[in-house]
Amino acid sequence: MGIVGQLILAYLAVLGFGLIINIPRHALNLAGWIGTLTWGFYLIVQAFDGGIVLGSFIGSVGIGVLSSLAARYKKMPSIIFNIPSLVSFVPGSQAYQMVRNFALGKYDQAVGFMLQVVVITGAIALGFLVAELLNQLIAFCRLRWQQVRS
Amino acid sequence: MTTDELIIATCLKAGKIMVENGSEISRVDDTMTRIAQNAGVVQANTYVTITGVMMSIQGRNATQIASVTKRTIDLEKVAQVNQLSREFAAQQIDLPTLHTRLGQLDQASRSFPLWLQLVGAALVSGPLMIMFRQETINTWPTVVIGTLGYLVFYLLNRYLKIKFLSELVAALFIGFAAEWAYQVGWGTNINDIIIGALMPLVPGVPLTNAVRDILAGNFVSGPARAVEALISAAALGFGIAVVITLF
Repeated sequence: MGIVGQLILAYLAVLGFGLIINIPRHALNLAGWIGTLTWGFYLIVQAFDGGIVLGSFIGSVGIGVLSSLAARYKKMPSIIFNIPSLVSFVPGSQAYQMVRNFALGKYDQAVGFMLQVVVITGAIALGFLVAELLNQLIAFCRLRWQQVRS
Repeated sequence: MTTDELIIATCLKAGKIMVENGSEISRVDDTMTRIAQNAGVVQANTYVTITGVMMSIQGRNATQIASVTKRTIDLEKVAQVNQLSREFAAQQIDLPTLHTRLGQLDQASRSFPLWLQLVGAALVSGPLMIMFRQETINTWPTVVIGTLGYLVFYLLNRYLKIKFLSELVAALFIGFAAEWAYQVGWGTNINDIIIGALMPLVPGVPLTNAVRDILAGNFVSGPARAVEALISAAALGFGIAVVITLF
């Protein structure tokens, strides 16, 4: 599975989730591109042995900033872009392993997976927080730039 | 209806539609206040929670409550309310028009047809399984079972109207179908099939909104949404756990 293949799959997955939660038609393509780009960030972090947690953090920062830019560009709420883009980062596989090991009675492994789920979810939340900070910084710079130009 | 009453009714309608369809609370608050300000109210108080929307106009005898009883996910409606609010702010439509347009929006559902949603489920389950697991042997069983699982969830949710029960049954279906696919030799790894097929049902929207609401300081709605997401996840997990312990 090459990098290009992964990026195409990320685009398709975001598109599919967008269809399920019914985002407006002309936002689908842009949401897909945000998903692809942030999965690219994730893959870059992976290539430098950054681990899943740092990858999810960088990815969610990217989703937060890009969604805000897309929201301003398309004049739509930003959740339309960031909810479908996030689908590739949801720790679904770890959550499933947690449930499976609890059901089978292997509690030590189950707790290990549970910690992974908690840490990844926390990284995504923290990423959103940092993205919010960057968004305000971008808005401030934009305001200043307009003041300087006029 | 007096002007005050119309303003409040319009704001409440907008807020109610947004909460019902999965918007985060701070955005609802913002939109309602904006509509009120553009309608000429200097100071409006809004109080938005996940189960009810309240609004009053400061200094006048006008307060109303709208309760939110059903919650689905339809981001198209959120975008439309946003669009209408923008048009009202730009004075392209007046207040009575805004009120009737919101009413129409509430009635009409412009969601994607079922077959396109099923294509969406197929696109979510297959690619995500490959991305998580880096292998393509189990792609077709995952896609088929994921699509059918979503169909089961959709149909049950339509006629049963209890979301958690529909999720439980859909998870049971996915588990048994994956077990069957493994038994007949169609798939090689039952865990991969189940992970992929569950992805369209994962409560991503409540979870994201819970985080955003909590970060925005809404300590009533954020935890409530987190509980909603947790119950969904528990329903899915329990369905799968039943199948795993049976075999």
